[in-house]
Amino acid sequence: MTKPKFGVVAFPGSNCDHDAHYVLQEIMHQDVRFLWHKDSSLDGVDAVVLPGGFSYGDYLRCGAIARFSPIMKEVIAFANDGGMVVGICNGFQILCEAGLLPGALLRNECLTFVCKYIYLRVENAGTAFTSDCRRGDVLSVPIAHGEGNYVADDDTIRALEKNQRILFRYCERDGSITASANPNGSRGNIAGIMNEQGNVMGMMPHPERASDPVLGHTDGQYVFRSLIRSLMEREPFHHQMIEERS
Amino acid sequence: MYLAKVVVTLRKSILDPQGKAVHHALGSLNLPAVQDVRIGKLIELKIDAATKADAERVTAEACKKLLANPVMEDFTFSVEKL
Repeated sequence: MTKPKFGVVAFPGSNCDHDAHYVLQEIMHQDVRFLWHKDSSLDGVDAVVLPGGFSYGDYLRCGAIARFSPIMKEVIAFANDGGMVVGICNGFQILCEAGLLPGALLRNECLTFVCKYIYLRVENAGTAFTSDCRRGDVLSVPIAHGEGNYVADDDTIRALEKNQRILFRYCERDGSITASANPNGSRGNIAGIMNEQGNVMGMMPHPERASDPVLGHTDGQYVFRSLIRSLMEREPFHHQMIEERS
Repeated sequence: MYLAKVVVTLRKSILDPQGKAVHHALGSLNLPAVQDVRIGKLIELKIDAATKADAERVTAEACKKLLANPVMEDFTFSVEKL
């Protein structure tokens, strides 16, 4: 089985692209390449990471302009074909703006930029992004954002809950979901969600900043390990799909 | 040439923490008469169009595609001839 290939998209203003690239290559030992926002090809990658940062200076709304960059046309087509896409922080905001994930991310309720370690409870361990966890696991991962306040209308929240598409919620150290564990005012303490098909995931916390043991935290590796495993398992299916289309 | 002025505001159902903070500050400036504050954006577009109706169509399209996010924002606009 060949190693899955990852692409990390670099937008002007991305600042976690190198972190994501470093973790995938040096810690997880994967084949990784950068994809430039002006590229119009995904270079045959098996999974795309939209990294954190401030693409296009967060002008207008976070992610609103990045969503129209040439590479995003490819990312959207790739996602609609079942390709695996992960958006971290600004990447999550871009996925929402692109309509690949429901809802939106507003200014934090506290109005300040929040940069600290938080706890995340794994709500669904049966996904491509969390299969290495168990339901109810508590992960320690940092957040760093000014606009991470997740909002969606009641119907959307109900649909997310019903289909177990909420993957992570902000929690206390013991896993309880409380208002004080909510760092930004997100509805239902939501920190990460996936799309209906289960191939697109967005999360505000930064797993790539908690993966290198040198930094003292490695809980972020759960997300990458889950993703790598699911790519290894689904590869035949994916190739078959491409053959059928061609 | 036409000038479109687009006003983008957070939808009523969405809490506006910025507006709340400003409201709080106005209260401490001894302006208790201010009952609520909502903060939005004013965006001006210069549009080269043959008619006002065309300019309005362009503005509406810009709003729907980029300037406002319907999940959290509403927009209104006015168009005037320059």
